[in-house]
Amino acid sequence: MLEQVLITIATAATPLLIAAVGELVVERSGVLNLGVEGMMIMGAVTGFGVALATGSPWLGVLAAIIVGTLFSLLFGFLTLTLVTNQVATGLALTLLGLGLSGMLGEGFVGLPGVKMTYLNIPYLTDLPFIGKLFFGQDPLFYVSIVLTAGVAWFLFRTRAGLTLRSVGDNHASAHALGINVIGIRYLAVMFGGACAGLAGAYLSLVYTPQWIENMTAGRGWIALALVVFASWRPWRVLAGAYLFGAVSIGQLHAQALGIGVPSQLLSSLPYIATIVVLVLISRNRRLTMINTPASLGRPFVPDR
Amino acid sequence: MRKTILSLAAAAAVLSFGTMAAEAKVKGCWVYVGPIGDFGYSFQHHQGLLQAKEKFGDELETAYLESVPEGADAERAIERFARSGCNIIFTTSFGFMDATNKVAGRFPDVKFEHATGYKREHPNVSTYNSRFYEGRYVQGVIAAKMSKAGTAGYIASFPIPEVVMGINAFMLGAQSVNPDFKVKVVWANTWFDAGKEADAAKALIDQGVDIITQHTDSTAPMQVATERGIKAFGQASDMIKFGPQTQLTSIVDDWGPYYIRRIQAVIDGTWKQEDVWGGMKEGHVVMAPYTNMPDDVKKLAEETEAKIKSGEFHPFTGPVSKQDGTEWLKAGEVADDATLLGMNFYIKGIDDKLPQ
Repeated sequence: MLEQVLITIATAATPLLIAAVGELVVERSGVLNLGVEGMMIMGAVTGFGVALATGSPWLGVLAAIIVGTLFSLLFGFLTLTLVTNQVATGLALTLLGLGLSGMLGEGFVGLPGVKMTYLNIPYLTDLPFIGKLFFGQDPLFYVSIVLTAGVAWFLFRTRAGLTLRSVGDNHASAHALGINVIGIRYLAVMFGGACAGLAGAYLSLVYTPQWIENMTAGRGWIALALVVFASWRPWRVLAGAYLFGAVSIGQLHAQALGIGVPSQLLSSLPYIATIVVLVLISRNRRLTMINTPASLGRPFVPDR
Repeated sequence: MRKTILSLAAAAAVLSFGTMAAEAKVKGCWVYVGPIGDFGYSFQHHQGLLQAKEKFGDELETAYLESVPEGADAERAIERFARSGCNIIFTTSFGFMDATNKVAGRFPDVKFEHATGYKREHPNVSTYNSRFYEGRYVQGVIAAKMSKAGTAGYIASFPIPEVVMGINAFMLGAQSVNPDFKVKVVWANTWFDAGKEADAAKALIDQGVDIITQHTDSTAPMQVATERGIKAFGQASDMIKFGPQTQLTSIVDDWGPYYIRRIQAVIDGTWKQEDVWGGMKEGHVVMAPYTNMPDDVKKLAEETEAKIKSGEFHPFTGPVSKQDGTEWLKAGEVADDATLLGMNFYIKGIDDKLPQ
């Protein structure tokens, strides 16, 4: 049973992790994209539709990534090229995504979807207790872990990562050094869009393989919050996502056991616990200051 | 920030108004709590709208707003409808109760119909509801017959009388077959979040239940039940497509006949305040086909349904004790509607502690 519970937790945490890691890269480059929810839901509807039409969940995932990227390009064009307000544009992107996905998905309502097959490695998956947990989950679970490790390595161990962070910390200096600020921000925004699209596909192809309007149900916003409370550190985002998942599932189990704590309190626990823990681990103010992208949300117009 | 989001959301909601022909005699407007694509509760209300549209054709102009949050936004949405020339407004969720009454006070010429509530503070407010508990009793009977574990999982939304009544009716049905039947209740604290509902179903199954029933609106629990190979009941609509080998039956809300009757009353000028609580007899509550069960269980379910439909049997018939053991209904006594509509206690045998 414990193994099943852990797998359930991983399923709950994975979409948050994927979306949050993408947004982390965006914010590290100094752009605040509040459109995560909108890009996610677009990914969810495209992923579902393409998988249904072709019968291949992988093509669905691919399409979701492409649509997420295209959607983020819209955001990039507006905020980076036309220098619109990032907060307002991000919110508009969310609203557009929620509305547009509902319209596109109208024909998908009530259709059972295509579910991604779980990993099955002979012998390894059959190992007692750890087999299914480590070798028998959905493929995107492994993608999310690799993605986190990759982003952590990229940001802090490569020159390109350093450049991206410098753009997020002080775009004027970066520009003076000859770095293409806008170009790098475009790439970061597109990466964030691709991740959000993938996270959306996870919802409609793995988590609950069906299309329901508004099925992201605020997960994009939770991912955004995770990035901030994890003080823009990839592994902390992972810790936060899993903590959130664990407490969400744990409170459901506590209820089913009938422990007699008000369910309203239990339902709010994931939010409270995640915030408290992430604030505690990032209570070193100096370190937090260093990690916060100093140019976050500030528009950049190169002087000519 | 939150305010910005809300006002933007409201602006977007306003933009999504759907309006039809201009020559209509009457304009009917619907406010839904979820998306019409939920394939559950709001979907069924929208089916009712479509039935009315088909019946009245060009005579009826319709508009609807979906995914309206219960709270301050609801009042704004209802008021906007009232201003936009709606003659009759159906607000379809319990949480719209106060908003509906407030707006009704300001627009005495508009008819308001609030689903599942009990407040009628103005003469232009009616309430309507369905006796879903009748269906839940039948489900309880089936669950107790089908469960090998003797335990069912119940995914609940919010601790309001409607939901508590459903849990109690389910339990009474189950106890009529197996007095020791257990039910594990999980409160999702949402009407509609597919992921959370799926998680709740998984948690319940991990704790050993082998039947799932839900009072939340998505099809996700049905899918989880299918995946894990147990049986489940659908909610609000026939969800057989999501669990061809899983669904035992489903309570189907059929609002169409009611909507048609009330809109006709507006056209005829005979509309007056009512408090309608229709059940199986009135056709408000319909059971989806009994599937995936042995013939004897099916027969028992059909007999129970027929008895309730004919009025021969009321699910809340004594002797029934409350959870703490005190007597609620004496032998043969039938619960009155007022108590049912305000139900805030569990009956004996339910282990969960009711959130207050």
